[in-house]
Amino acid sequence: MPEKIANTGDEVQLVVFTAGKEEFGLEVNQVQEIVRLLPIARVPRAAAFIEGVVNLRGNVVPVINLHYRLGLEERRNTDQTRIIVTEVEGIFVGLVVDAVIEVLYLSRSILEPPAVVGSVDSSKFLKGIGKLENRLLLLLDLAALLDLEQQRELT
Amino acid sequence: MDLSQYLDMFLAESKEHLDSLNNNLLLLEKEPGNIVILNEIFRSAHTLKGMAATMGFEQITELTHEMESTLMLFKEEKLSVNPEVMDVLLRCLDALEEMIKDPEAIDGQVNLSSPLITKLRALGETRSRQPASTGDVALPESYPAEFNEYELSVLQAAEKSNYRAFYLKVGIAPGTVMKSVRAFMVFRSLEEVGQIIKCHPPVQDLEEEKFEDSFEMVLLSQKPPEQIAGILEKISEVIVLSLQQIDISKISHYLRKADSELGTDYQAVPEKSDIVNMRSSRGVVHDAIAFRTVRVDIGRLDMLMNLVGELVINKTRLEQIGLSHRLSELLEAIEQMGRLTTDLQSLVMKVRMVPIRQVFNRFPRMVRDFARELHKDVEFIMEGQDTELDRTVIDEIGDPLVHLIRNALDHGVEPQEERAQAGKTKTALLRLAARQDGNSVVIEVEDDGRGIDLEKVRRKALAKGIITEKEEEYVNERALLKLIYEPGFSTADVVTDLSGRGVGMDVVKSKIESLNGNIEIETKKNQGTKVKISLPLTLAIIQALLVSVGGEQYAIPLSSIDETTFITPEQIKTVKGQEVMLLRGAVLPLLRLESLLDVKTAASENRDLFVVVVRKGECQTGLVVDALVGQQEIVIKSLGKLLSGTKGFAGATILGNGQVSLIIDISSLL
Repeated sequence: MPEKIANTGDEVQLVVFTAGKEEFGLEVNQVQEIVRLLPIARVPRAAAFIEGVVNLRGNVVPVINLHYRLGLEERRNTDQTRIIVTEVEGIFVGLVVDAVIEVLYLSRSILEPPAVVGSVDSSKFLKGIGKLENRLLLLLDLAALLDLEQQRELT
Repeated sequence: MDLSQYLDMFLAESKEHLDSLNNNLLLLEKEPGNIVILNEIFRSAHTLKGMAATMGFEQITELTHEMESTLMLFKEEKLSVNPEVMDVLLRCLDALEEMIKDPEAIDGQVNLSSPLITKLRALGETRSRQPASTGDVALPESYPAEFNEYELSVLQAAEKSNYRAFYLKVGIAPGTVMKSVRAFMVFRSLEEVGQIIKCHPPVQDLEEEKFEDSFEMVLLSQKPPEQIAGILEKISEVIVLSLQQIDISKISHYLRKADSELGTDYQAVPEKSDIVNMRSSRGVVHDAIAFRTVRVDIGRLDMLMNLVGELVINKTRLEQIGLSHRLSELLEAIEQMGRLTTDLQSLVMKVRMVPIRQVFNRFPRMVRDFARELHKDVEFIMEGQDTELDRTVIDEIGDPLVHLIRNALDHGVEPQEERAQAGKTKTALLRLAARQDGNSVVIEVEDDGRGIDLEKVRRKALAKGIITEKEEEYVNERALLKLIYEPGFSTADVVTDLSGRGVGMDVVKSKIESLNGNIEIETKKNQGTKVKISLPLTLAIIQALLVSVGGEQYAIPLSSIDETTFITPEQIKTVKGQEVMLLRGAVLPLLRLESLLDVKTAASENRDLFVVVVRKGECQTGLVVDALVGQQEIVIKSLGKLLSGTKGFAGATILGNGQVSLIIDISSLL
């Protein structure tokens, strides 16, 4: 489903990060900023994948527990843990990831539609898969990750 | 040129000008001779016209232009200020307001302005039938059209090249068939001797025979008037009704005057106006202040506020570093910085405040219209218009106030005969006052009318079954007054356009309460009613109690807390599976906040527990928490779209240490 990828042209620019054992990519134009892990205040009664809210320079921003959402093993916070602040459809939301690795350009031609890969059985949250020499990049679909319908069911 | 980016600015500014027009017209009605007010009106109308013309909104331009023409008649003292004229002018403002709401859609669609323009012109014509004022007038009074700038420049250019301008009124003998042909012949003959620069009715109407039996023109010609008249007389069934030379220099003077600034007008006004100026100087001063203001998007102010908050948090961090490393010099500098940030914070808060004038401004007009409609004579007094409230409150308070004012005028103020019988002055008094009282703003709506008939309230309540006959004896005045807030309760015998449908006070009350405010009514039979509303200064900041439970902190708004107390675990009893405690002899159901919010707590130790007694509607509940952290002012922040559906929370706040704490909304939590 290459049409799901928003960047025009032959290449997409991605922010690459790790969560669990996998490497993920987010289109760079959806990323607002990357910050160190901030204290997270739990929001009771919210959807289970909502880890809580953080104070981002005076703004209250919800953060998602990506490990939980993708069915990965529980996250262990380290020095490398980051919050990637993203914006999708006017909603600001942070994703807690294990580490941010790099920003790279990926040719569209090596993107493939998502399938069940490794331990991640969550292809519904993926836009595509990029195959590099000996790496696999999973492109996250932010809109699906936050799917409001689904959120309501879970609440 | 793409003007869409200026649209917002146009909308905001034209709204201001309309407000000013509204107010000043009302002032003018009270002081018809006040030239300063009139000038102010002129300036607003003219600016509005200019802005609309720039944006290409033709209807607005046209209507304001006609209004200017009518106002000009006031200025020339050819038309006196009377309620009928004012009605038409005020209707025009309503139409303008309507058009400005959606100026792009309106152009080329419904024509709101044309009936009003007809009315305005009619005003101009009635005036011409009144005895005309003496003195040489540049234009014949009945000439209804005005020169625009282009025509004026043509006139001036013509004057320089020795052309003369004539005003011509040509009649066609009654009963003439094919009037349009006569008109055409008149035109053709005149074109031979000069140039017609203006025609009323317009040429198109003449061609379609849309005119009575005369029409008017302005002609530029070098020929003497006798010759022009001679040419016209040759056409059969055409009569020259009037042929006068127009003094071009006078026209330009008179037009420029309309466009001119306040300053030059002082010269045109006789000395006595100095006194008048003094009297109304307040309005002018206010206007001068308006010029020194800047328009800022409220969103930017919110951002500014966030940044200031962040600064305060960072200052706290620096302070901790200074303390742990015992750097006295650093601490000194931080102390200085602390003072600055505090000032900055209060300043930003002040910037968000808006004078209540914005809301009050539309009331004089409204009161006038209602009073006229109800045939009541009312003096409307407004006080404390400079009282400031947070922008968010200002936006919400308008509707409830409109309702209260309507009530006062319709139910409170008696008809004139009744007032006379009661020995009251013919003119009723309606007072709208605002003032700051500590951390809240008090707004009062007071009338000197008949007051609320408590006997009637009692009867209605009985009839509606709200109170029973048994209860009746015990119900005191206070309780009866409270019944007014019941949905569907109205003491009005007749439902009028304005009020009496019984959908009133309960809506007002719930609105005020949603703003964390209070409403109180005082009434005395035959002396009047006073409704007192008190509102918090701002909705962005509230007083809250911070509580902790299982290591997490939550804020509970003080407005929903009755009291706090503490108990030992032994004091908790269980009644039908529900934990309760005794509070001064009464049974208080208890809820543990930790289980309401799924807080993971260590096994409860045997220690004192704190109970926050909260109120939801009429019911009290005790919330059991681990500890009370303290009372403080908190800034409410939205949880955002993603979390907006989460029940139990009114938002979040950022504490002094930078931590986010959720604000509990009692009504949706329990």
